[in-house]
Amino acid sequence: MDKLEEIIREALSLFASIDDAVELEQVKARFLGKSGALTDLQKGLGRVPAEERPAMGVKFNAAKEQLEAALTARRDAIQRKKLEAQLAQEALDVTLPGRGTGSAGLHPVTRTLERIEDLFHSLGFEVATGPEIETDFYNFTALNQPENHPARSMHDTFYLDDGKHLLRTHTSPIQIRYMEKHRPPLRIIAPGRVYRVDSDATHSPMFHQVEGLWIDDSVTFADLKGLIAEFLRRFFERDDLKVRFRPSFFPFTEPSAEIDMSFGDGWLEIGGCGMVHPQVLKNVNIDSEAFQGFAFGLGPDRLTMLRYGVNDLRLFFENDLRFLKQFN
Amino acid sequence: MKFSENWLRTIVDPPLTSAALADVLMMCGLDVEAVESAAPAFERVIAGEITGISKHPSADRLQVCQVNNGRETVTVVCGAPNVAVGMRVALAEVGAKLPGMEIKQAKVRGVESSGMLCSAKELGIADDAAGLIALPADAPLGENIRKILELDDQLITIKPTPNRGDCLSMLGIAREVAAMTGCAMRPLPAAAVAEKINERIEIALEAGDACPRYTARIVRGVNALAKSPRWLVERLERSGLRSISAVVDVTNYVMLELGQPLHAFDCAQVDGGIRVRMANPGERLKVLNGQELTLDPSCLVIADQKKALALAGIMGGAASGVTDTTRDVLLESAFFAPAAIAGKARALGFASDSSYRFERGVDFAATVKALDRAAQLILEMCGGQTGPVAEACTTLPLRSQVRLRRARAEHVLGIALSGPDIAEIFRRLGYVFEQRSDEFLVTPPAYRFDLAIEEDLIEEVARVRGYDRIPEGKPRGPAVILPALETRLSDRLLRARLVTRDYQEIVSYSFVDKSWEADFCGNESPVMLANPIAAHMSAMRSSLFGSLVDCLKLNLSRQQERVRLFEIGCCYERAAAGYTQRRMIGGLAYGGAVGEQWGAAKRRVDFYDVKSDLEALLGGRNARFEPVQRLSLHPGRAAGIHVDGRFCGVLGQLHPALQQKYDIPYETICFEINLDSLSNSSLLQFQEFSRQPVVRRDIAVEVAEAASAEAMMATMKKAATGLVCDLAPFDVYRGKGIDSDKKSVAFRVLLQDTSKTLTDAEVEAEMGRLIHALQEEFQARLRK
Repeated sequence: MDKLEEIIREALSLFASIDDAVELEQVKARFLGKSGALTDLQKGLGRVPAEERPAMGVKFNAAKEQLEAALTARRDAIQRKKLEAQLAQEALDVTLPGRGTGSAGLHPVTRTLERIEDLFHSLGFEVATGPEIETDFYNFTALNQPENHPARSMHDTFYLDDGKHLLRTHTSPIQIRYMEKHRPPLRIIAPGRVYRVDSDATHSPMFHQVEGLWIDDSVTFADLKGLIAEFLRRFFERDDLKVRFRPSFFPFTEPSAEIDMSFGDGWLEIGGCGMVHPQVLKNVNIDSEAFQGFAFGLGPDRLTMLRYGVNDLRLFFENDLRFLKQFN
Repeated sequence: MKFSENWLRTIVDPPLTSAALADVLMMCGLDVEAVESAAPAFERVIAGEITGISKHPSADRLQVCQVNNGRETVTVVCGAPNVAVGMRVALAEVGAKLPGMEIKQAKVRGVESSGMLCSAKELGIADDAAGLIALPADAPLGENIRKILELDDQLITIKPTPNRGDCLSMLGIAREVAAMTGCAMRPLPAAAVAEKINERIEIALEAGDACPRYTARIVRGVNALAKSPRWLVERLERSGLRSISAVVDVTNYVMLELGQPLHAFDCAQVDGGIRVRMANPGERLKVLNGQELTLDPSCLVIADQKKALALAGIMGGAASGVTDTTRDVLLESAFFAPAAIAGKARALGFASDSSYRFERGVDFAATVKALDRAAQLILEMCGGQTGPVAEACTTLPLRSQVRLRRARAEHVLGIALSGPDIAEIFRRLGYVFEQRSDEFLVTPPAYRFDLAIEEDLIEEVARVRGYDRIPEGKPRGPAVILPALETRLSDRLLRARLVTRDYQEIVSYSFVDKSWEADFCGNESPVMLANPIAAHMSAMRSSLFGSLVDCLKLNLSRQQERVRLFEIGCCYERAAAGYTQRRMIGGLAYGGAVGEQWGAAKRRVDFYDVKSDLEALLGGRNARFEPVQRLSLHPGRAAGIHVDGRFCGVLGQLHPALQQKYDIPYETICFEINLDSLSNSSLLQFQEFSRQPVVRRDIAVEVAEAASAEAMMATMKKAATGLVCDLAPFDVYRGKGIDSDKKSVAFRVLLQDTSKTLTDAEVEAEMGRLIHALQEEFQARLRK
């Protein structure tokens, strides 16, 4: 039976040396095929004494199984190697940029406006809008600024050539328009573009404002301070932000305050606010003994500059893509 | 208003640093715009007297001065032209530190010099470099000149709000500081004027509403050439005013001190008595700034019997003012009603310190006090004799009591207030008030024009008590869930969709160059501004195209090659009643269809690229595009956009003529949609769908160029019997094999039955119907 073991040894060593699937099948035939070495040896089994045959048969079968198993393992190995080679060849430079259309971005002030809307929305403030071409009545008179009021000189107003209309100088007219249609309690913010005859490094003839208004039966100046301060801390995501309210004057609020904030070095003016003037409430037929509340106006352009470190207001309206794309 | 801290401290002197004092001003509502030193830091500059001068032996322009510094006489080489023996000068001693230099013992062209004689510029206190500062003749020798010239002073600039005209004087600011700090005020110098002549000017008060009080007095025999004393000039200069002449300086000084604008006439130019009247139509008056005004009866003037002398409360007349030769002066102090002055100066195109105060309101109870103060100073400075005050008066502003309820103040401010607290605040403010249990009845002072209602007093209480002492309330309010409209195409959603499609948002001015309106909209009469900031920003835009193209040009000039922009903004047009203001979203695409990148063929963006962006933008809406003509767009490459059956905008290629005119190298695709005409969509609804297999068939037909894809598909859908579940063109071909006025369009047809697998026969029959319909309707030739 040395012969059998010799065949097995030879077969196993041959199988292991082959790297090609087709060749492996050819070699297999040399041992296990119709006239393969093992088959031939098995044919000679007839010459073995009958009582030894069963044992021999078992040995042959074991040998066959051993060779088949070696073949399968070898086939798998060859297959695996082939796949590995293929995969290696298919490797990409994963550092090349992705293809197709990219995406752009929002204007930085829009980012701010959306944040403001979200933050106030979480407190139940709805968004209101109003026209940009306004009448003297909504922009001034209804806001307690009759003609020739010195406060009008605070706003350098763009007038239309019809002599009657103007470009709103603030978003406050939206307060009036909203209160004409809605009764308290009411909570709104009103973002939008506003216009003043002013153009230099720190002023643009067009800029943004966000008006806020909260009227209810017992909204106080303390509530105003708390809401604005909390809003600013959330907007800038800084709990150490300092907020200061400084006496000021707006014809449509009383008491009035200027809102200043500080990151620790110096105060920056970022808006105005105050308790809605009783005359304004009267102008829209709201009983100022039964209802009270506050209004505020924030400068989103300024807030954007502070948040992202933009150093020139004019960049917002120049629309240079090298600037805008920094916020994508 | 700018003023000297030292001056303020002569009236009220709280134990606070300069910075803390500025904070007090800020927190009482007087917006502090600047605090600057009167002089930069320097040390060891003292008063010296020049006792001898000799020529420098080897330099023509230099002189060798002997200077007595109070202890000894030192030699100083000096090049100033105004050195003189006996002059007291600013001597920077050896070791002195001046702005930007240190003084050392030195040899100047061979002569030892122990120090330097200084000009105002060298000390950084003025721009005058022409000569040495001449110190007062009595300046103590050896004394620090910072002390002599009061240089350790801060110049504070405040910008009181328009309701606080009372704070436009030292007295008014001091009142505020006293109220805020509780520090007592020192009384201002009492003005006792001896009346030595008995001459009173006649006053005819013909415009009593505009001028409720007019007072005047004559000062005879003044020396108009007298020099104003240094302290007065210094205070004027530190308030930003120049010294002009003694009499004028006095009127300015009293205005700064008490807040009452005064005017001085030359008596010789006043013909008879004074008339306070409205101007005659067309009356002419040349005022002090040289302007020749034509007045109308809305202007209040001070006149004599023959002519207008001054524009009341705004500016004096050029002919009637005090000059060097004036001997007799008529001093005026009046109360002009704010409404009579407000806006007048602005309307005439100039403003003055006087109109600035009158239109905000001047203390009408202190008219004569100011006249006394001015007369006193003129007599002191210019000599002369004065007579009694002439006064004409009508109805002065009413000062009705204003009520403050303690509970109301607490309710508005959200804090607890005690009666005594409120009373103390009103006392500090100097108010006359009555207290009836929890109510206060306040009579506003004559200098306050902003106390009319309870809230005004509530603000006073909050202000003096301190805004910073009102705690921040915790954010609160009714818990509500706000509406969330899923069917609305919100601005935010639209923006997000365009950003995802690579469009950068811009914000451009709503006012544009008028020519853009003509070029892009054919609008020859846009809505115009009456007072634009510049000619190219004078028209209110009726379309976003001009702004978008302008922004494209800007970015092309900055080396951008692919530009995709959008904006949401208002557009304006005239309407029957007023104006329409439509909210528009507009966009523009220029350059590569995709950004330049590896492995992708370069191709310029075209109509269909942007149409696909719009289909995404309007996602879920039933949008149709059909040919449209627009001045701004290529006539064959423009589409009107209809959403849910409503026209709402356009898409197209910028007209080649405009492309050329605006110097844009390649084609540009733009669109514009009126957001106001987009209605809410209906809510999405689930529909049962077929689970049967889908069969695909393609048809390619040759048709005339004019046959639109939409029309062909409509024809096929109409001919189908319900088996076609999807239909779309997948290829359009022109060229070899196709007639020149024809095109080949290939459609992909998906067929499906709702309940069973389709047989070949059913599919072929359906396809036959589609082909037949195309042949009938479009003379289509089936291509194999």
